Amino acid sequence: MVVRPLVWQRIVWVGLAAMTLFTLVVLFFIIGFITSKGAHVITPEFLFGMPERMGKEGGILPTVIATIYISLLAIAIATPIGVGSAVYLTEYTRESAITRVIRFGADALAGVPSIIFGLFGFILFVIRLRMGWSLAAGGLTLAFMILPTIIRTSEEAIRAVPYNLREVSYSLGGAKSQTIARVVLPNALPGILTGVILGMGRSVAETAATIFTAGSSLLIPRSLFDPARTMAVHFYILAREGLSMERAYGTALMLIVSILLINVVAYSLMFRLTKKMR
Amino acid sequence: MREKLIEKGLLLVAFSAVAMIFLIAYFIFREGVPLVAKVGVWDFIASTRWSPGKGQFGILPMIVGSVEVTILAVIIGASLGLSCAMFLAEFAPRWSVRILKPMIELLAGIPSVVYGFIGVVVLVPWIRRAFGGPGFSVLASAVILGIMILPTVIAISLDALHAVPPLYKEGSLALGATRWQTLYRVQLPAARSGIIAAFILGMGRAVGETMAVIMVAGNALTMPTSLLQPVRTLTSNIALEMGYASGDHQAALFATGMVLFVIIAILNTAALIVTRRRT
Amino acid sequence: MAAKLSIRQLAVAVNKRLILRGVDLDVEANTIVSVIGPAHSGKTTLLRVINRLIETQRELLRSGDVLLDGTEVRRLDIDVLRRRVGLIFATPIPLPGTIFDNVAYGPRLKARLRRPRIADLVEQSLRSAALWDEVKDRLHTSALRLSGGQQQRLCIARTIAVNPEVIMLDEPTSGLDPISTAQVENTMRELKHRFTWVLVTNNVKQAARVSDRVAFFLSGELVEEGEAAQLFTTPRDKRTDDYVSGRIG
Repeated sequence: MVVRPLVWQRIVWVGLAAMTLFTLVVLFFIIGFITSKGAHVITPEFLFGMPERMGKEGGILPTVIATIYISLLAIAIATPIGVGSAVYLTEYTRESAITRVIRFGADALAGVPSIIFGLFGFILFVIRLRMGWSLAAGGLTLAFMILPTIIRTSEEAIRAVPYNLREVSYSLGGAKSQTIARVVLPNALPGILTGVILGMGRSVAETAATIFTAGSSLLIPRSLFDPARTMAVHFYILAREGLSMERAYGTALMLIVSILLINVVAYSLMFRLTKKMR
Repeated sequence: MREKLIEKGLLLVAFSAVAMIFLIAYFIFREGVPLVAKVGVWDFIASTRWSPGKGQFGILPMIVGSVEVTILAVIIGASLGLSCAMFLAEFAPRWSVRILKPMIELLAGIPSVVYGFIGVVVLVPWIRRAFGGPGFSVLASAVILGIMILPTVIAISLDALHAVPPLYKEGSLALGATRWQTLYRVQLPAARSGIIAAFILGMGRAVGETMAVIMVAGNALTMPTSLLQPVRTLTSNIALEMGYASGDHQAALFATGMVLFVIIAILNTAALIVTRRRT
Repeated sequence: MAAKLSIRQLAVAVNKRLILRGVDLDVEANTIVSVIGPAHSGKTTLLRVINRLIETQRELLRSGDVLLDGTEVRRLDIDVLRRRVGLIFATPIPLPGTIFDNVAYGPRLKARLRRPRIADLVEQSLRSAALWDEVKDRLHTSALRLSGGQQQRLCIARTIAVNPEVIMLDEPTSGLDPISTAQVENTMRELKHRFTWVLVTNNVKQAARVSDRVAFFLSGELVEEGEAAQLFTTPRDKRTDDYVSGRIG
């Protein structure tokens, strides 16, 4: 049976659209399901209360604090290293053996699964460097997880700065470092910031690397070397141990909302800052 | 001079990314290699007995488990993902793409533990009702992973399709081909290496995924012979036992990590070769 | 008295292509010298060699000397050189930021000046560039909102703010309307006593309007150089005559 091309195209169109629709349905289902089951759990007592009976009851305050601390620590470490690397790659070198090696390192790092980061962070930071399960160990591990992302987005952002802006600075007597600091980086800021904030989002979502480096203590962390349980880890433990389905849904919803918020902030920041340049 | 100092300093910083990857490889291998040497490479990889208590560390069931789950996940994720990419690239109206793309990227932001949780609460019971068995299975893992790698596959395939020179498309349309024929006969082949790279990278992500798989796979130590049987992957093995392992047992988990590392390195290199070949 | 700028046997090749061949040119202090010629005659390259901006380009081969007040430019600190010899580009390139920040950018690079001193400097520079009256009430608004002509005068003010000795302009008015063009030309004339001006232009009429001396380039070669009046009415070289009368372009 020979089907006329345009008819066939219609059929294909419907098929592809259905697949795409299915994907979206899955997305909405996940978010909707979690929201419907978890929304009623989100109360101020939940967010700001302490957990009781290992999380069976009570709130999730320590995990919220832990998540904030650890993600901030991760981007505090990863941003200077990532932006510095990106600056070096774009401003100081032509394509050469050195840049290829650095890029290889960054790409390789991007492909490493989170459990391996967990293993590595555990053996290096927790054991060898004697940090114990701690915010510091977790933050360092997460920092290197998000490093490739920050390098990539920063590189793109820096490359996007028009070359003639740099020439203006040079022709006014600016040194390279001044040109980078006063012209290039401020103009690349939206892109860089977006990458940083997305990295923060990834830190919030990460579980495997965090549980083996920051631990799972339910106490509020008071120093860098205190163990801490992030929301993602808490959610996992609640679900796995079956301690409280309700609170599991609530924590999951908080996780999704936080990540969504972070993404929205990232994109709107980039939008607003790029508009300011017009 | 000050400028030179700054330049050298930045070089040092830039090398940290490279230093990290080597550090990671070093530590993982350092813990794992002695164990493999002790147990014997063949016994480690090919034996089906994993009994840390008795000093037996065969990871074959986990290797097979990972392979099965991953291949199935890629089949699901690649077909679904490529379809979405094709739709977004050629058939969706322009205005819709601007909404759809961010939404699909949202899928990437959902934490893996949430995927696992949904899998446990929704997918596993459904499989149990529909197909029998415990529900925790290769099938459940593959479906969840397939969905999780969708954003990766879609994003890279879309890039590959967009990278096809518009001339190819216009030439084909000018000869009277329909948009689908053009897509199928001209754009897809032209974007082939990029799409294959998308699949390989999706595969890499699936192999490395841990938390979601732990929750839906059942984690039995048997060789999975049917799709409905529970399974344990390499990643689950590490995550499940790391919390209480010590000594040789811990070293064996690092050795498992080593195997994982090597598999992912191979996949990433393959993706690189595939994309390099077109230039 | 030695010339302000002295170019001796300058030959330049970029990416293995010869751009300038054996150029000899003297520029006296406090004069306006126009460099004219068709496209791709090496005029822009000449300017970029003088302030060494060309060194960011790969594959540069250069022979001959460029002397600023008798010192070869390659012997000077590069940032010092670029403050002594300023460059205005063909398209106005304001830095993203306020008008004030644009003009203050150069001075701030070198010294940690106090606010009133900077404000003074900004005002003086903007006055010199004939832009002060138009922007004095909106110094802290974005420079990108200015018109093309205003932006170019801003770039001039920005350059003046670092107190150069020579100001080079690379086809500065090619995209501007006649009024803005006239304003730029006026600025050059009025500030002749403070600076030495090197103007690259493919507008022969403009060169005739402003210059003291003119240098005609063709395919990287300095064909003829002389007093403006003389070169335009009675050029010595036939090629010069062809160009200024429009037979070639």
